[in-house]
Amino acid sequence: MSKRKGKDAHLPVGECITLVQQILRERLCHQQLPDKPDGIEAQHKHLLELLKRTAVHGESNSVLIVGPRGAGKTMLLKCVLRDLLEEKEAQKNLLQVHLNGLLQTDDRIALKEITRQLHLENVVGDKVFGSFAENLAFLLEALKKGDRSSSRPVLFVLDEFDLFAHHKNQTLLYNLFDVSQSAQAPIAVVGVTCRLDVLELLEKRVKSRFSHRQIHLLSNLTFTEYLERVQTQLCLPDDFPDSKFAQDWNDSIQTLCEDKSVEEVLQRHFNSSKDFRSMHMLLMLCLSRVSVAKPAIKPADLLEASRLCFADAKANMLHGLSILELCLIIAMKHLNDVYEGEPFNLQMVHNEFKKFLQRKSNSMYNFDQPVIMKVCINMKPLSKFFLPFNSFPATRFLESNTLYCFRCSSAMIGRITVNIYIFCMKTDKFNIFPSKPITYTSCFSSPSGLRAPAAAGADPTG
Amino acid sequence: RMKYFTRLRVRRVYKWRGEPLSFNRKLKTCEYSSLSISVEGLPRTTVISTGQHILIEGEDEDNPYVARVIRLFESGKQKKAVVQWFVRVSEVPPSKLKLLGREPHPQEIFYYQGRSCDDEVNAESILRPVQVIVAAAFPDSDDKDTLYVKLSWDSKTFRVVDSASAEPAPASSPPPPPASRGPSRRALPTPDPAILRKASSGEAESLHSATKLSASKCLSAKRRNASARTPGVRKKLELSSPEKMTREDILSQLLDQELESDVALAQRLSSSPPRALPLTHSLTPLRKGSVCLKPSTVLLNKLSPSETESRDESSRSESTLTQGEVSFSRLVLFVLRVTTPSRKKESKTLREPALGVLAEVDNESSPMLPAAATPRSSKRKSAQLVSSRIRKQLNLLESRQDLDSDREDEDEFVPSKKELQSSSEEEEEEAEAGLDSDDEVVMKKSRHAAAGSRTPRSKQKSRSSTRTPRKTPNKKVAPGTPRTPRHATPSIPSRSLPARQPANVLEEARTRLHVSSVPESLPCREQEFQDIYSFVESKIIDGTGGCMYISGVPGTGKTATVHEVMRCLQHAADVDEIPPFHFIEINGMKMTDPHQAYVQILQKLTGQKATADHAAALLEKRFSNAAPRKESTVLLVDELDLLWTRKQNVMYNLFDWPTRRHARLVVLTIANTMDLPERIMINRVASRLGLTRMSFQPYSFKQLQQIITSRLNKVKAFEEDALQLVSRKVAALSGDARRCLDICRRATEICEHSSADPSATGLVGMSHVMEALNEMFSSAYVTAIKSSSSSGAVIAEFRRLGLEEVFVQHQALCRVEGLQPISVSEGLAVCQRLGACRLLLLEPSRLGVLQRIRLNVSQDDVLYALKAD
Repeated sequence: MSKRKGKDAHLPVGECITLVQQILRERLCHQQLPDKPDGIEAQHKHLLELLKRTAVHGESNSVLIVGPRGAGKTMLLKCVLRDLLEEKEAQKNLLQVHLNGLLQTDDRIALKEITRQLHLENVVGDKVFGSFAENLAFLLEALKKGDRSSSRPVLFVLDEFDLFAHHKNQTLLYNLFDVSQSAQAPIAVVGVTCRLDVLELLEKRVKSRFSHRQIHLLSNLTFTEYLERVQTQLCLPDDFPDSKFAQDWNDSIQTLCEDKSVEEVLQRHFNSSKDFRSMHMLLMLCLSRVSVAKPAIKPADLLEASRLCFADAKANMLHGLSILELCLIIAMKHLNDVYEGEPFNLQMVHNEFKKFLQRKSNSMYNFDQPVIMKVCINMKPLSKFFLPFNSFPATRFLESNTLYCFRCSSAMIGRITVNIYIFCMKTDKFNIFPSKPITYTSCFSSPSGLRAPAAAGADPTG
Repeated sequence: RMKYFTRLRVRRVYKWRGEPLSFNRKLKTCEYSSLSISVEGLPRTTVISTGQHILIEGEDEDNPYVARVIRLFESGKQKKAVVQWFVRVSEVPPSKLKLLGREPHPQEIFYYQGRSCDDEVNAESILRPVQVIVAAAFPDSDDKDTLYVKLSWDSKTFRVVDSASAEPAPASSPPPPPASRGPSRRALPTPDPAILRKASSGEAESLHSATKLSASKCLSAKRRNASARTPGVRKKLELSSPEKMTREDILSQLLDQELESDVALAQRLSSSPPRALPLTHSLTPLRKGSVCLKPSTVLLNKLSPSETESRDESSRSESTLTQGEVSFSRLVLFVLRVTTPSRKKESKTLREPALGVLAEVDNESSPMLPAAATPRSSKRKSAQLVSSRIRKQLNLLESRQDLDSDREDEDEFVPSKKELQSSSEEEEEEAEAGLDSDDEVVMKKSRHAAAGSRTPRSKQKSRSSTRTPRKTPNKKVAPGTPRTPRHATPSIPSRSLPARQPANVLEEARTRLHVSSVPESLPCREQEFQDIYSFVESKIIDGTGGCMYISGVPGTGKTATVHEVMRCLQHAADVDEIPPFHFIEINGMKMTDPHQAYVQILQKLTGQKATADHAAALLEKRFSNAAPRKESTVLLVDELDLLWTRKQNVMYNLFDWPTRRHARLVVLTIANTMDLPERIMINRVASRLGLTRMSFQPYSFKQLQQIITSRLNKVKAFEEDALQLVSRKVAALSGDARRCLDICRRATEICEHSSADPSATGLVGMSHVMEALNEMFSSAYVTAIKSSSSSGAVIAEFRRLGLEEVFVQHQALCRVEGLQPISVSEGLAVCQRLGACRLLLLEPSRLGVLQRIRLNVSQDDVLYALKAD
């Protein structure tokens, strides 16, 4: 033991880094349940007690876990189940049925899934036989036969609970809640949802049968708690083989969290969202920058990661455009401003482009219409994002490739509405244009004036 | 197989035989002694005379009603008969069959002593005579033509039948002349000789197999031996004992003595090695009906006319032996022990066919050792040992049957042509008859179906196990659609460790407060209870039908009250205050389609399974036809509004059936809305529903308090104030008793958790209740906004139509507060998150910044939530 310890104490840095990556990744990618649910101990206790009573005393219950996405609903449930199954009495008895509203899109599928997971008698192999009505009758009969003290308790977990409320007549929910409110086989219904108004989705008789227990997972963290959370998420556990490395790592994390710029970045993240998932995303990006050469997370890493996280996706797309494409988009934008959102066709875009060239003819070659057409086709994938086509089928666009279609298709293309926002354009994109960046900016001047704070200084004549 | 007249689609002609016996001037009725039925186009006639057992046309063509003719008379040109009813197994409600304590024999009928049936029937509904035997045990025969009475049924309990009442009294019914009887028998399609043989061998088997039992099984062997012979004994007794001594006494005496004698015999036999010999022979004379012994009645219909005469003779001769009969079995055995070898030989040859069948049966039931059970070798001692071993193994197998039940289901699931048959009884018969020929097919099938894991042997085993007397009634009654495993009994596996009992006061209180616990009485609904009770009771007593509509918001005790009423009425019926009735319940929410209502009603009423259309037709027939005897049916339709269809035919039928003259149907319907009939029902449906309405008002706070108090039933867990607070709060909001109970339960939990600190009294106090109330009723939104991140809150602050404007505003705000403004995609992400929680309503599109958003909460809420920070 001591020998091993002595050997382990001096792991090469490479191995240490691999271990760190492995441990932290498991933690950040939700592959490993935390030992203790932080910040939601009360909810954890409530749910655990509730399920324990079902498992041990055979008391039927129903409960909803409500919280925004990324608030740790599933984590809570999993933790509770893990703790529950540690108890032998519960482990031996409890039957579990897991359903997901996204998978079991109607009651028929849900019933089959329940029957399959319960291994009821009409299951052969992996298949469930019988019609929908028979399945329902069968399941209800099965549940009815049981009673509180003798049959095994069944735990129903309904993920995306709100989607079950959209099923026809809410038959499944009614029956589950009805069983939970009558002296039949003991069941616990646990719904997991992110909709706060989920109770309003339930029909009144379904609602009446629901016990109205809700466990809200609304984190009211303060920023200091958030900071602490970041630190604990990044810290290495005590049982890390190389204790010296762990010590160093933890110290570096400590200093990282005390850094002013890091705090600012985290504050910004905290302001935009408090959930764990976005935080984990940020930390994950930091973590991936750790290497043998740089065996610690530096504030710069965090800043870079945050920049990546906050990068505007739409503005990003403009980065890769060629000059001609950009010119065309600018032309479209201009048209859009001039005609106040009216649709236009490719011919108009081309004319606009030519007008543009006439004014600043030295900067660019006058392309022919086919080239423009081709460019437009190439931009099509982009257009999905910032050029919404209203009721314009994608296939027609490709037809315009052919010579004959070109003329008429130019009319068809007309139904393009361009929405380019100034925020995208005012990025550093224009530094790429070596010649006359100001010329291009000038065409952004818009009647509203509101949209072009960056172009405010430019002349509005363009 | 037997075919009934109805199947032949022929017209029957009914004629009186002979002159009227008497004429009642007052009632203008003529009494006759017998009735002849002739089928058009066929020369033979069947004669029905008083005292005979007959089949009467009923709803189920395969299972006509059974009755005994008491009187035949003509009244106003109509041929009538007064009958004594017998009930088939299928006519007894499945729930009551449990009282039987054993599996009913398929051919078993019960002497009906209930009062709710009209005993006067139209004579033209008589189908044909039938053989009914008062039996102490049931031979394993498949002859559908013979029925056995053992018990009587008065719609509540089974009693041992009074043989005098079940059998035609000799005085009132002179046995019809053999001449008339012969043709009448022949008029029926003659039974298949194979079946005949099997029927006779069935009895042989029961005796024979008994003899093969090892000493350890002596007791059961004795019983079976005894019972197999009792029919004969009793029949004779009945024919030959005119004394006034009560027949039951004699019977029991006889049985006792017989038992004794058998015990003695068994003891004697166990000491003598070749004990199989005498017993094996004992069945020979019995079956043959040799002169010295009385033929068993089971074989009656297989005897030729001449034999019948000899039977009469023998029975008469035996009537002199009456007193000697008590030692009948001993006598027989004694006689047989001294039988000569020549007789032995003769009997053996006689037994041959029977043995063939026996071998087959043995093969079926002992798959492990199919060759060992050859009956001929059973005489040898070694073979005897083997066979006894088989028995043991069989018993083991049976005990293991539970474990194998899954496998059995698989077996039963094999999609064979047998599954397609609607009647399970038929199927069983065929399975037996065609076993030999089917064997190969079966093997193939089973191999085909069972994914290779099962051998044909197990198929056979399961098959035989389904035919053991242990099979459950629902297995037999419920013939499934071809695609469902028919014999699957739904159940949740039972727990390995028992559920813990509540340990302290709070847990006890929680158990009592659970909605599922059934209270002893329903407080605060006395008036409604009384109304429903008297309504249903009057309908049941009058034998009429009616509808009632019950409405009320959820959680006001509608269903609970009706169930309570039904419990009370059932109790009243049990103690004979009111006629017995059926209670069926369907729930609109518990079916997938409104038309499933028919299927469920039919299944709960008769145990049959059918498609929706077929079920509707069957129910229609059942409720509109004047069946001679019928109990009232009370149908509870919960969640009526779910039964709405476009044509409303389900509702129409439900409300139309009670109006039929013979339906005897009471329909209680429950729904939430008071004006449901006016809102969704078309006129003809609403009119049939009638005006018997009842409305359950939401509970007032006093009532809620009373409910909790009565549920707690002196368990002191709540402070008085706390109770009052809960009930006032709930009454103000919904008046839903369920809510009230749930809150109380939650409060006990909170109390339990907080009881760690010593100041707690152990009672649920105000603070706990307040906490529970807050948990259940507080608006989630406010807490959500409070806890949402600041950007979210900022965005949520504006009730704007376009996201663009929100952004601009937000930027301005950020400048004011000194925060960094957010980018568009970030802002969109925030909006999406809030939209997922439904704090914002988003347009479902990818319009980006042009997307419209709307606040889903009131502005005041937002302001309140933000101010609280």
